[in-house]
Amino acid sequence: MKLPIYFDYASTTPVDPRVIKKMHECLSMEGNFGNPASRSHVFGWKAEEAVETARSLVASLVNCDPREVVWTSGATESDNLAIKGAAKFYKERGNHIITSKIEHKAVLDTCRQLEREGFEVTYLDPDKTGIIQPHKVKDAITEKTILVSLMHVNNEIGVINDIEKIGNITRSKGIIFHVDAAQSTGKVAIDLKKLEVDLMSFSSHKTYGPKGIGALYASRKPRVRLEAQIHGGGHERGMRSGTLPTHQIVGMGEAFRISKEEMIDENIRIKKMRDRFWQELKNIEEVYLNGDTEQKVSGFLNVSFNFIEGESLMMALKDIAVSSGSACTSASLEPSYVLRALGMKDELAHSSIRFAVGRFTSDEEIEYTVNIVKTAVIQLRELSPLWDMYKDGVDLDSVEWVAH
Amino acid sequence: MAYSKKVLDKFEKTLSNSEGSGVGRWNPKEKDIGTGMVGAPACGDVMRLQIKCESQNNFHVIKDVKFKTYGCGSAIASSSELVDMLVGKTLEEAKEIKNKDIAEALELPAIKIHCSVLAEDSIRQAVKDYESKL
Repeated sequence: MKLPIYFDYASTTPVDPRVIKKMHECLSMEGNFGNPASRSHVFGWKAEEAVETARSLVASLVNCDPREVVWTSGATESDNLAIKGAAKFYKERGNHIITSKIEHKAVLDTCRQLEREGFEVTYLDPDKTGIIQPHKVKDAITEKTILVSLMHVNNEIGVINDIEKIGNITRSKGIIFHVDAAQSTGKVAIDLKKLEVDLMSFSSHKTYGPKGIGALYASRKPRVRLEAQIHGGGHERGMRSGTLPTHQIVGMGEAFRISKEEMIDENIRIKKMRDRFWQELKNIEEVYLNGDTEQKVSGFLNVSFNFIEGESLMMALKDIAVSSGSACTSASLEPSYVLRALGMKDELAHSSIRFAVGRFTSDEEIEYTVNIVKTAVIQLRELSPLWDMYKDGVDLDSVEWVAH
Repeated sequence: MAYSKKVLDKFEKTLSNSEGSGVGRWNPKEKDIGTGMVGAPACGDVMRLQIKCESQNNFHVIKDVKFKTYGCGSAIASSSELVDMLVGKTLEEAKEIKNKDIAEALELPAIKIHCSVLAEDSIRQAVKDYESKL
């Protein structure tokens, strides 16, 4: 076993060696380096063929028509294109957008920008398990609503929204439905032939592909229209100009092909490790599992260790790569907005750690980490005045703190 | 976040040798003990600093210091640094310690300056508590 151990698969994943091999083949003079837009010679034709094969592989994982896949630089760009593109194209119909408080910043900041441009946005509250209840979407719809944008899987807690039910609601009202699926490909089965989703954002690097490439699904039946955000050579049917990076695209295609082939077995294996991890951690006093326990993808484990601040715990786990909802890990000094939107107390949000298990995690790594975490929790509670007070029976909510 | 080696070393030493680093507590009701508790759980840091004093001639001297801290790595390192700074000082000298001194000793990054402010506040409160018992 090698140190440090990577438990941050929700942040990014290493590129699968099989993907790297395919990418290598698309770079050099001897390889497939041509510009896919070159129509006049075999270098361009070969590159175009590789791009279209990759497009089919991406489409195949989510069961859509390859012509519905638009290459972008990643899920952030896909979110921008979907939300700004649809809002601006359909602005004559209305100016109201519905999203949630626990979306990724790529969606939230895009919505904020549209608010500055005159759109109105409703930010839905999740329930305390982190799920956006479909009836809340229904209740928020007004005559002016043109777009609903919600994530499939939340990036901090891993809970899964019921996009099938939400799609039924939006489609019946003729409202465009965008889903950010950056965290769900390869983790949850997606069938776009069945789902009433109009736009869906994908990321490559969360699914063992390279960074810097993503895609946007844009439905053909019914046809969704978008106003382009990047103009240039009219690539991707005018929806997203820019020379296609063949090696990145081929990498994403291969990564999605592998996921389609292996996701069922992989998710069983990952869930087993994750569950074992939690079985061990839950024996520690005053630990809380954040987010729904059932409606959740297999690799996520978001845990609050009460009376310990998350950043100090991460420092104590120095050979373990994880992330925390603690304010001290961000520039804002505010704890995770996702955990707070779940109605969690600030101190529990400060105390949260996200462990994300993935393709290359081993049982040995889980076992090692469990022991390190147990030791660190004991050491840091020994240091914690709050732990003392809790053990003395003091109700921390009744103390008058000198906030600063 | 890029912490200085000093913060990392201090944090690790405090964790691995807590007793030797001054982690602990005394009964706050004792006459020779001054206690200062600052911060709030909702803000992500709480420091409890205790000083044990002895009167020598006309001075009150800090003979020993104990603390417990809930907070990020630099809050813990700052409290631990306080122990080194306070032992042997008179109350008057202790009052002179400024957050800048702590931040400089640990080379705290700008975003963590509030940890040293909290540490300075904890000294003030502990001294005030001790003096109120005289």
